Amino acid sequence: MIAMLHAPYVIGSYVVTLGGIALYTVGMFARARKAAKRLPNEERPWS
Amino acid sequence: MNLTSSPSPTSGARAKHPTSTRFTRALGIAALVGIGWLVLFGLFLSPNDRVQKTGVRILYIHVPSAWLAYLAFGVTGLSSAAYLWKRTRNLQWDRLAGASAEVGVLFMGITLVSGSLWGRISWGQFWTWDARLTTTAFLFVTYIGYLAVRDLGGTHQQRAKRSAVMALLAMLEVPLVHFSVKWWRPLHQNETVEKGKLNGLMLFSLFIGLISFTLLYVWLVIHRQRVLALNDQVDDRGLDLALAARREES
Repeated sequence: MIAMLHAPYVIGSYVVTLGGIALYTVGMFARARKAAKRLPNEERPWS
Repeated sequence: MNLTSSPSPTSGARAKHPTSTRFTRALGIAALVGIGWLVLFGLFLSPNDRVQKTGVRILYIHVPSAWLAYLAFGVTGLSSAAYLWKRTRNLQWDRLAGASAEVGVLFMGITLVSGSLWGRISWGQFWTWDARLTTTAFLFVTYIGYLAVRDLGGTHQQRAKRSAVMALLAMLEVPLVHFSVKWWRPLHQNETVEKGKLNGLMLFSLFIGLISFTLLYVWLVIHRQRVLALNDQVDDRGLDLALAARREES
């Protein structure tokens, strides 16, 4: 288990990492939805 | 990398996640499970280090994020070269380069922040101007510049050409960062895994970090590349509509 001594730094590094990735992902999906609204479905070669 | 896999099951899901397919959904779930394992092993199940104590737990995210940033910038460089080479010239390569660079900047930022927190534990300070840290920060700023160059405007082909040249120049910095610990012997430690300092659960935790971050990288790049494709199509469509309106006027 994590000793209390450096816990804020260790937990902080995990929070910053996972939080940063989550924020980036949410922003990316928001941009995708915004762009997709302006296009018909046929213009997505992967779908 | 599969960029044109099988269709999404419903139109509702397609509207909510326009860049998703069955393949990306499965990949995303695998990455999420891997990250759950990483947190479990990294924070709770792996033992403390004799010297670094709890500080070693930052290694399981710091090293994988640095590795992913290198990989991402490598993919950006190779895709850019593929775009510049006339026989393989295709905007898909440019979009892959841009998507990979953006995800690489994200992971490089994570490397810098997690390294800074680790530095506070190991060296008593968040930042020092040692060779590894300075070259890493320089690489980070260079790729932010690359992303800014992509947004300068012009046609898709102009964007692709100028950013491909810049990506190839930026690639020259990657070995500088990697070998800085050998060439200048700074405060930053040398390779931990190569010297066999890690074993057992510690090595396993690092392995989980590498696998889950790699899956996450692939998942993010596929989605980001598709968002760039959608944006390009929106631009083209806007141009077509503007030209049609102009023709009707005249």
